[in-house]
Amino acid sequence: MAEVSTRSTGARIRRAPQEYLWIARMWVRSSLAYPFSFWMLTVGGCLVTLLDFVGLALMFHSIPTLGGFSLREVALLYGVSGIGIGIGDLVIGSVEQVGVHVRTGTLDAMMTRPVPLLVQICADQFQLRRLGRITQAVAVFAYGAYAVGWTPSRVAVALVMLVSSCVIFFAFFVTFSCVQFWVGDSSQFANAFTYGGNTMTQYPMTIFPREVLKALTFVFPIAFVNWYPCLYLLERPDPFGMPSWFAFLSPVVAALTVLVAGLAWRAGIRHYTSTGS
Amino acid sequence: MLYAAVAVRSFRRYSTYRAATLAGVFTNSVFGVIYSYAYLALWNQRPDAGGYSATDAVTYVWIGQALLMTTALWGGGTTDDLADRIRSGDVAIDLYRPVGLVGWYLAGDLGRAAYHVIARGVLPTVFGLLLFQIALPATPQAALGFAVSLTLAVVTSFGIRFMVACSAFWLLDQTGLRTLSGVLAIFLSGMTLPLVIFPEPLRSIALALPWASYLQTPADIWLGQRTGIEILEGLLVQAVWAAILLALCQAVLGAATRKVVVQGG
Repeated sequence: MAEVSTRSTGARIRRAPQEYLWIARMWVRSSLAYPFSFWMLTVGGCLVTLLDFVGLALMFHSIPTLGGFSLREVALLYGVSGIGIGIGDLVIGSVEQVGVHVRTGTLDAMMTRPVPLLVQICADQFQLRRLGRITQAVAVFAYGAYAVGWTPSRVAVALVMLVSSCVIFFAFFVTFSCVQFWVGDSSQFANAFTYGGNTMTQYPMTIFPREVLKALTFVFPIAFVNWYPCLYLLERPDPFGMPSWFAFLSPVVAALTVLVAGLAWRAGIRHYTSTGS
Repeated sequence: MLYAAVAVRSFRRYSTYRAATLAGVFTNSVFGVIYSYAYLALWNQRPDAGGYSATDAVTYVWIGQALLMTTALWGGGTTDDLADRIRSGDVAIDLYRPVGLVGWYLAGDLGRAAYHVIARGVLPTVFGLLLFQIALPATPQAALGFAVSLTLAVVTSFGIRFMVACSAFWLLDQTGLRTLSGVLAIFLSGMTLPLVIFPEPLRSIALALPWASYLQTPADIWLGQRTGIEILEGLLVQAVWAAILLALCQAVLGAATRKVVVQGG
């Protein structure tokens, strides 16, 4: 143990991905113990988002554009947001269960192990089946990508946007799950922001009033997941008159949300006192 | 009355988790707001889509949020307990109780639904009423019809969830089928988009399936899209589906107990 506790922070961070993969691999093997359920869940995960998009597409059966955007353009927004939350959910979504770990006391056991707590919690119950959902989002993104006249700079903005989208959803998963250190049983609360944020960004922001857009830009900056970069990709002037350089701000916003998530996590762990028993 | 006692205990059991309920109400409200704006964008362009007005469409959104947990659209409820007990083998105890298994779990689920319609149904609706224009039932018949329709919706949903749970007798793990079943329920109940604006022939097919009972039929009665004899027609279709599904539950359970050795024996 002495060797472990004296390990430098840098070494701990370098080892974290490896440790994450060990735990994740174990859960993948465990989920394959019920192969029928595994495949049903994978297909189900793909279908649920597929039908979600079908619902959106059916809206276009009644109207030519939604909030001034065509189906392909909406698909682009939808795909980026779906990829972001899909990867966020796959890699880090288990953090939602932190309240369960607090309640059942398994958090104490995790604290004694020589692997960072956040890594253990995020890798816990790792669900490979969530790939189903990501596959669907990638397909919708590919369909939407035809709405863009691609140039090298647009490809660069798109790549930065996809990475930022994942990182912002990572950060939101962690930040809002931390509420459970204070209020147990509140994992649903986080859903309003993570899955809710995903649903909000599936639509063009033009369907919302200006006040909502401002809140989604400055308070809960989910609009940077796809809205601002996509306006650039689609060569559209900002319908709300926001500055055009917001299109390039997504990585900055992503870094800020990670900072907030880190602070929330530290505060949560500091606040945590074991139930004892 | 035994079943009433089971239902009351179930109601009280679900009402224990206050923080979870409040968090859920908040989530329902957020999704209600998002979908309201999305539907408003559609109905502002097509003010009569599906025979709904913009107010009807927004009302439909909030009815949907209110019924999401009540009819356990995503799965859940007492049938999840049953699936766990099948996997652990505890279902053996349920089977030698001098009470029918279907009735026992149905009573429990109705108790759960009663709690959810109050906690997860009424509270978000109040939130919706503050933010948007929402239509209330215009006549006493509509209000009464909605209440009956909602009860039949819970029974229908229970029938499907019970059979999914029983799949654990063969598969040990219900989660895969449960997810697929939830996916179908979300789409075919009209939760994703009202069934009335689906293009034909999808619309007619979806309206004839049992999932229409979960949301579309109760909502249409609430909104006055069905009046007079049409209310009774709607309720009759729901009742027929509920009866068929409960009979199938009994048959599946019979097959399971005859052919399957209970786990852990």
